[in-house]
Parts: sequence; structure tokens; C-alpha cells
Amino acid sequence: MKKTLSVFCVLIVALATFGCAKKAEPVAAPVAVEPYKVAFIYIGVPGDLGWTHEHDVGRLQIEAAFGDKVKTAYMENVPEGPDATRVIRQYAQDGYDMIIATSFGYMDPMVEVAAEFPKVKFIHCSGYKTSDNMSTYFGRIYQARYLAGIVAGKMTKTNIIGYPGAFPIPEVVRGINAFTLGARSVNPKVQVRVVWTNTWYDPVKEREAAVALLDAGADIITQHQDTVEPQKAAQERGMLSIGYDSDMRKFVGDTVLTSPVWNWGPYYVDTVRKGMDGTWKSEQYWEGLSADVVRLADFSPLVPQDVRDQVSVVKQKIVGGTWDVFTGPIKDNTGKLRVNEGAKMSDGELLSLDWLVEGVVGKVQ
Amino acid sequence: MTLAFEKRKTVSRTAIVVVPVVSFVASLVLTGALLMIFGANPLATYAAMFKGAFGSGRALTETLVKAIPLSLTGLGVALAFRLKFWNIGAEGQLTLAGVAATGVALFWSPWLPAPLLLPVMVLVGCAAGAAWAGVPALLKTRLNVDETLVTLMLNYVAILFSEFLYYGPWRDPKGFGFPGTRMFPKEAWFPRIAGRAHVGLYLALVAAAVLWFVLNRTRWGFELKVIGNSPKAARYQGISVERNILLAVLLSGAICGLAGVGEVAGISRRLQQGLSLGYGFTAIIVAWMAQLNPLAIPFVAVLMGGLLVGGDQVQMVMGLPSSIGLLMQGMILFPMLAGSLFTEYRIKRVGGQAVRESETGAV
Repeated sequence: MKKTLSVFCVLIVALATFGCAKKAEPVAAPVAVEPYKVAFIYIGVPGDLGWTHEHDVGRLQIEAAFGDKVKTAYMENVPEGPDATRVIRQYAQDGYDMIIATSFGYMDPMVEVAAEFPKVKFIHCSGYKTSDNMSTYFGRIYQARYLAGIVAGKMTKTNIIGYPGAFPIPEVVRGINAFTLGARSVNPKVQVRVVWTNTWYDPVKEREAAVALLDAGADIITQHQDTVEPQKAAQERGMLSIGYDSDMRKFVGDTVLTSPVWNWGPYYVDTVRKGMDGTWKSEQYWEGLSADVVRLADFSPLVPQDVRDQVSVVKQKIVGGTWDVFTGPIKDNTGKLRVNEGAKMSDGELLSLDWLVEGVVGKVQ
Repeated sequence: MTLAFEKRKTVSRTAIVVVPVVSFVASLVLTGALLMIFGANPLATYAAMFKGAFGSGRALTETLVKAIPLSLTGLGVALAFRLKFWNIGAEGQLTLAGVAATGVALFWSPWLPAPLLLPVMVLVGCAAGAAWAGVPALLKTRLNVDETLVTLMLNYVAILFSEFLYYGPWRDPKGFGFPGTRMFPKEAWFPRIAGRAHVGLYLALVAAAVLWFVLNRTRWGFELKVIGNSPKAARYQGISVERNILLAVLLSGAICGLAGVGEVAGISRRLQQGLSLGYGFTAIIVAWMAQLNPLAIPFVAVLMGGLLVGGDQVQMVMGLPSSIGLLMQGMILFPMLAGSLFTEYRIKRVGGQAVRESETGAV
């Protein structure tokens, strides 16, 4: 009956008014000085305990450093591709002074929006396109990967190391190559098996890839993904792992021998400071262990002293600048000599790396 | 005295209008409760959402960007739903059409005259969408295979096929290994009207008008109506049920395909991840909210597009997790489905005597 329907409607409206009215108090009083507004675009969630978690730690360090003078915000789970354009533009339009996008696939969307908002500073992680108001930044995590490779090479028993990788792009390929070079520098029998997941952040796929690699005989799992799932999968099988992004030992346990980790805080604080005092300039920031933007996390108690010592020696060489990871001779995994004895790969070559070193079982396709 | 449901002889006209509106309001209330649990002020959140979706020229164009594919896929599935053909494969039809249009843009552009490129992309895209919908339609009409499962599964086949292409053979050789084809040549871009809103908007509006006309003012539309209401009656009248279902579903797929062409030619201008952000599934909500009425679909699509775009604000302004936005969309469907009860049934008071009798009868 109509009456019943209208009663129902009234009920709903009443509920709506009541439900909302209860909470409809004005939000906090406005701040006197307009803070410097910084927005982050995240591919996953800070709770991934990996990639996005570390960027969020950096964001919180900005807040800690500047207090009321800054306001930070973030948007999580933003898909790479055209939808990111909208989100980045939204922040620019909302009056944010600096927008920091933390995944490779945000590059083209950011270039597009940066052209529309010349006064806003755009900071893009891991890409290669810049403009007057758009910078890139990244870290030479491959240096820490090489060190982690030494640990894995020393401690594997089956000589098979499993490596779920996100995308076959230079960033990931560089990490795989560095890790493999490190592992084979101490154990030439090591094979690094790569499985591409084609996703940065997908706990289920990441785990499945790790399980497949464990089934294939891997006794150590490392990864280029965003979450701790591969490490957890290894632990559940009683196997070891090397973390990535964050000190994953804290979240998984001592089976994580060590982790190449990011330390974004100092870079973020510095960049925001330059933005605030007007000294910011577009740049391509790419520093490594010596600048402390990448680190090797503390070792698990399971790592013997001689391994620690060996890592420490190589680390000194890298930090001191006397040697770097991609120094020849380096062969690719088809046996072709790619880097001559004593030659060093240039940054340009590293940033467009599209072949895998000897010892990697996998393809860049 | 108690209440009971009684099936209506005809669908209530009032309910057709009231139910979607009430459902929408009910979903706002339900979500409001949820927002309060998360410690956010529902009114402030909704105000922020509204502003984020419709509050400025830019916001409005972004809402339209979403409304275009939602409207087209909504029209496509609504046409199939009218025949009780449960096409939940709009996502796949959209994707495959996007792939086909990409193929034309990338590989035919060198020899196809520039002014012909876009029309050919549209035609080939629509044909691909139609073909993809044609598979379940043929299976249904020839072998009586359930179309719900087939259309659903074919979504994943289409999506994986498109991934295979842009991760593999179609990948941009200059893309540093990142998945995605190269950019289309400029001749293969849909002209944009404002912001990122492209001419797909006109196509969607025209499609809505034409579909309404066909369904309500032509003999074929009448035949489809009869089939939708009762295939038996249709057969009795000498209407070829199988042939008409097949034709209508092909058309449904073609319209969904148009959405895919719009996405690659108007928005991304290449084939890459994020071609469809679940538009083909949201289309089902759009179609039901519009009560399968083609003229209502563009408006509902704008509303749902606004919800998607405004949903960002839940995060930006209120600092809530991104999943809340998706939750809100789901919250709309529940009251919608519950509400559809009222369009087909009426509530009737039943006397105490009758109940006692029926109770004893039941025992």
C-alpha cells in the first residue's frame, strides 16, 4: 500500500536527519598561517609494511620536522594509468604546494598535470621524465641488494633463490642483477629464479609467486614487491628470506636475514624545506648507500659473523666510492659479455637496463 | 493483524520512481552510519563528496569522464536485461573493443586516411564488443547454455588477452619495459570537449536516445518487449525469439564496446593498465537504478560517476581508507535490490483470523 511506502520513506528520512544531525558540528577552528601543503600518491596502503609503508614513514618525518607549518595528505590505492591523472590534478587544484607520487606508472599522468599547474612542485619517484616544476628522485637500492645477495649466496643450501618481481622494468631488473651479482660473487653455483607478478601491490599474487618458487626448490626468497607476503610464505615453509623496502624482520621474524631498505625521510624533509623557502629546483636525485637514502637493515641472529664481515668489507668499498656494483666483466644470462673487464656501467645504461645477468633464470619479457 | 506480500498485477509506476530514490537515500543513511563508526561526520563527508564531484568545472568534467563509459555500458546491459539475458560481460566487451580499437590505431594508421581512422576504430571496436557478446548469445540460443557464467568468465579472458598484448607483442619498445602500448597517433584521439571529457559523451547521449526510440517506438522494440515479458507468448505470436535475442545481445555488446573505444581513444590514448576500472560491473548498478530505462541511464551514470570521483574526497578530506568509497557503491545496490520488491509486490494487511488459519495450515 502507498501508505506503508510513505511511512517507510518518512522513517528513512528521519533516520537520515537524526543520524547526520548528531554529528553535524563544525570541524576544528582554522589555523592562522596557511601551512605548506604536501600530498602523497600511494600505489598501495601504508599498512603494506613495505614500499608504501616506508614512504609513509617519510611523510610522518616531514610532519615531525615542520609541525604546524606543513599539512600532509595522502591518497592510497591509486591505480597507475589514466585514473592517477585525476587524483594528482585534484590535489593541485585543491591548493597543494607539492605533490609526491611514489610509483613509476604515475610518471605520464604527473607530466600532464605538471604542465597545467606551473606553480605546484611535482616530485616523482623512480621515473625519468622531468620539467621545470617536476623532479624525479630515487635511490641506488641495487647497492644494498648486492650486499643482501652476498648474504643469500652464503646461506643458501639448494643454491636456488626465488625472486618474485613486479614488472620487467629497469628498476626491478637492476635489483635482480645486483642481487645475483652479489650472490654469485661468493657462490658461483647460485641460480636466481624470477617470477613476474605484473603487479606492485597484490598480497595474494605475491604469495603465490613465492610459493611457486619454493616448490621449485628455492630455500631463500627475496622479492621486488610491496608487501611481506613472500617472506611470510617462506617462513611458513621453514625457509629463509631477504626482505625489501622496510626492515621486514620486524614484521615477519628472524627468518628474514636482512633487508635492503629505503630511508626517504631525510630526502623528503630536505625537499619540503626547499619548497618552503623557495630554493627548490627541478632535479634528478639518485643517491645510494653513501647518502643514507638506502640502507641494509640489521642482520638476523641467524647470519654468522663471517658473512657479516664479508658484507661489511664490500659495503666500505661502495660507500667509499672505490668500487661499484656494475663493474665488468659482466655476462648476460645468454652467455654474452655485456660489460668488459674493469668497465663501469653508466647511469644512462643502468636506467635503461633490459637484460639479466648470468645466473638469473628468467626473461625480461 | 499482520502484513503480507502480494504480487502486483502490473508494475507500480510510483514505485518505479520512488524505489531508486529511496534506495539511494537509504544507502546514504547506511553509509552515514558507517562513516560515524569511523569517526567522520557524514554530512561534512557528503558535502565534500558533492563538491569534489560537481563543485567546479574541472570536477564536473572528471565526473563526466566516468559517466561516459558507465552510461554506455549501462545502456548495453540494460538492453540485454530487458530480454532477461543476464549480460554481466560488459567489462569484457568493453576491454576487447578497446583492444580492437588499439589495433586499428596502432597498425592501420599508416595506410588508413586520417579522417577515416576514428570511424574505423569505432566500427571495429563495436564489432569486437558485439562478437564477444555474441559467443554467450549463440551458446544460449543454440545450446541453452547459461549466459550468466559465460559472460562473466569471458570478462577475464578478454582482460587477460589485453594484458598479454600490452605486456608482450604490443608493448612500447621505448617504454623502458613498462607495460603499455605506445601512444596512438594524434588522428586516433577522440576530440575532447572540456577537461578530459571527450566526444564519447555525445555518442552516449545519442545511443540513449536511439535505444529509447527503438525500444518504444519500433516494431522490433515491441517484439523485444514481448520476448522479455514472456518468450512463450512471443513464440505464439510468431516472433523469432532466438533470432531477436541474438540480435539484441549483439547490439548490447556493440554499445558496451563503444565505451571501450572511448576509453582508449579519449582517455588513455594507448592500451595500458587501468583501461576499465570496473565500469562494466558498475554498469549493472546503473542499469537497475535507471530501472532499465535508456533515457534515465545517462543521468544515473552521472550520479554514479560523481560518487566515484567524489569518493576520492572521502580520503583526501576526511582521511578515511580508500575502500570506504567502494563500500559506498556497494551500499547502493542492497537497498536497490530490496527495493525492487516493492515494484513487483504490494504490502497487504492480513486479518488476524486469516493468519491463524494459515499458521495452522502450515503446521
